[in-house]
Amino acid sequence: MKKKSGFLTQLKEGILDNNPVLVQLLGMCPILALTTMVSNAIGMGLAATAVLICSNVLISLLRKFIPKQVRIAAFIVIISGFVTVIEFIMRAYVYSLYQSLGLFIPLIVVNCIILARAEAYASKNKVLPSAVDGLAMGLGFTFALFIMATIREIIGMGSFLGIPLFGDFYSPATIIISPPGAFLTLGLIIAVVQKIRNNAEDKAQIAKMKAQAMGEAKEEKDA
Amino acid sequence: MSFTDVLLMMFGAVLIENFIFAKFYGCCPFLGVSEKPDTALGMGMAVTFVMTLSSAVTWLVYQLLVAFKIEYFQTIAFILVIAALVQFIEMFLRKFVPALYGSLGIYLPLITTNCAVLSSALLNIQNEYNFIQSICFGFASAIGFTLAIVVFAGVRMRMRAANPPRAFKGFPITLIAAGLLAMAFSGFTSINLG
Repeated sequence: MKKKSGFLTQLKEGILDNNPVLVQLLGMCPILALTTMVSNAIGMGLAATAVLICSNVLISLLRKFIPKQVRIAAFIVIISGFVTVIEFIMRAYVYSLYQSLGLFIPLIVVNCIILARAEAYASKNKVLPSAVDGLAMGLGFTFALFIMATIREIIGMGSFLGIPLFGDFYSPATIIISPPGAFLTLGLIIAVVQKIRNNAEDKAQIAKMKAQAMGEAKEEKDA
Repeated sequence: MSFTDVLLMMFGAVLIENFIFAKFYGCCPFLGVSEKPDTALGMGMAVTFVMTLSSAVTWLVYQLLVAFKIEYFQTIAFILVIAALVQFIEMFLRKFVPALYGSLGIYLPLITTNCAVLSSALLNIQNEYNFIQSICFGFASAIGFTLAIVVFAGVRMRMRAANPPRAFKGFPITLIAAGLLAMAFSGFTSINLG
């Protein structure tokens, strides 16, 4: 039971509280480049998740054997090995997706999220928690890609997953799917996230001040 | 390919197909190291140095892979070459050109994981450039990156005086400024180099 709740908190941590993109602000290149269509975004997210789980597991297994001085190089070799495997799998089974993601599949190697999790988590923890961490962070990345792609595809192309949503009367705002639109949309999404976090912080602050005031009032009464 | 073609390709790589604003390669350092124009320039110069050299070396390595019929190792080979090259440049500069090391040294370790460097190496292969074209393309793309990051650092200096709403403070307003700059750069896309 305890294990399960740990699993769930780790998952929630990765997807919401400590989302690698929206909160930690990592992995900006794919999030800006591949969110013009929902299908591309999901494909990229799942490919990165697979690499992240595999590399986390292997790095965690080898954590006692990799010397400290060359660990970054070792991590990069492990990650690029898995990326090559994923690249082959995608070329064999989902060729159209492979083509539309293009150069961004090999570029998973230099995605900061994967290296950051290897360095910060997998190289210090046991295998099972590392695998869960990979899953959680990967899903968090996929979630951020999905949200951003949904917004951009609906506004910029008037469709969702390629299915047109509105009739002919809707003329799509193509600026949103152009490169400037990527920066603007991500800026607005992160502003919303910051607003939510600010509100939570303010609430905590107010609750703390209230508790303090109550305490002081009680002290005065006692005196 | 004639000399004019190479020049046009370089012009296109700097302005039209700008690595940051059109292709989104290398956005992490673009957003991370653009607080001040002089550090941005330092980063840009370090990237230019590494990208020009790595374009040459990875092109040669790829010929080696082709000779052994193991082209599918290109991603692993390229990232290793880039990491080794960055390490080597760092040691070389520290030993022989300490002045340059002083100004570029702190940015060098960051460059290994800069996706602009890896993507220029991969694009050289994808576009089937020859040796000279690869070097020119790597150099021009890096100049485009430097241009973007320095201009953006200037914008961010101005932004420090501004007072955005609380939710927009920090990263969001930076992204929106980058979006406006990208709009300016998208004006170049209509240029037809024929």
